[in-house]
Amino acid sequence: MEKAATYRIKIPASTENLSEVREFVSKHARDHGFSNQDISDIKLAVDEACTNIIKHAYKFDKSKVVTIELEFEHRQVIVMLTDQGVGFNPNSYEKPNLPEQIKKKKRGGMGIHLMKNLMDKVTYENINGNNILYMSKNRG
Amino acid sequence: MKNFKIDHRTNNGLEVLDLHGELDAHTASQLEDALKQLISHKKSYIIVNFHQLEYIASAGLGVFMAYIEDVRSIGGDIKLTNMNDKVFNVFDLLGFPTLYDILEDEESAVNKFLKELS
Repeated sequence: MEKAATYRIKIPASTENLSEVREFVSKHARDHGFSNQDISDIKLAVDEACTNIIKHAYKFDKSKVVTIELEFEHRQVIVMLTDQGVGFNPNSYEKPNLPEQIKKKKRGGMGIHLMKNLMDKVTYENINGNNILYMSKNRG
Repeated sequence: MKNFKIDHRTNNGLEVLDLHGELDAHTASQLEDALKQLISHKKSYIIVNFHQLEYIASAGLGVFMAYIEDVRSIGGDIKLTNMNDKVFNVFDLLGFPTLYDILEDEESAVNKFLKELS
């Protein structure tokens, strides 16, 4: 049986590290045979998830850490993002109402909508104060 | 790290912002500043050219959501042009094409503005 390959990076909770996360995701997804379209989708979904953690879970506190782990098995990638901040369950969010938000000059909620659209499955759990977001996608 | 950069120029008296590189939650504030500056100078006919933009995250789209009403309320518009497929796909997934003028190229946006202004 093929053994799963896992890769992990930890970044301080600052948006300046998002490009490094995208490069990390792109490199490994490419090495594991994902198409350019799949790589774009995974990269954006992980960027959005990290951004949410930095903004909402950690409120831009650079002393906090976000862990991103990629697990490749068979034709699938599972992305796990772990933080110890304020938890939020992406499945409790509704699709953003764009005309309404524009009128109220409200942003937000879009990242979760993208994550759900770009990945096959998005789940969340809290274990002993760790928020863990799982996102998976099969190679197209 | 890929740089994000904005160049400002005019085309037929219309304001054009050329976006380069990667627009994410870190670089979105630069776009926000550029739009704020135009609006504060009552420049409301704005074309944003995405030709050199390689990547966009929702924070970038959020900037357009935050300022479109301000621009339209003073009689102008923000028209978006020259997006590559990947960038357009993000706008499309979030339902922007029904609320924003997204055009194939800058010339189409210029012609549309000039027609609207005549």
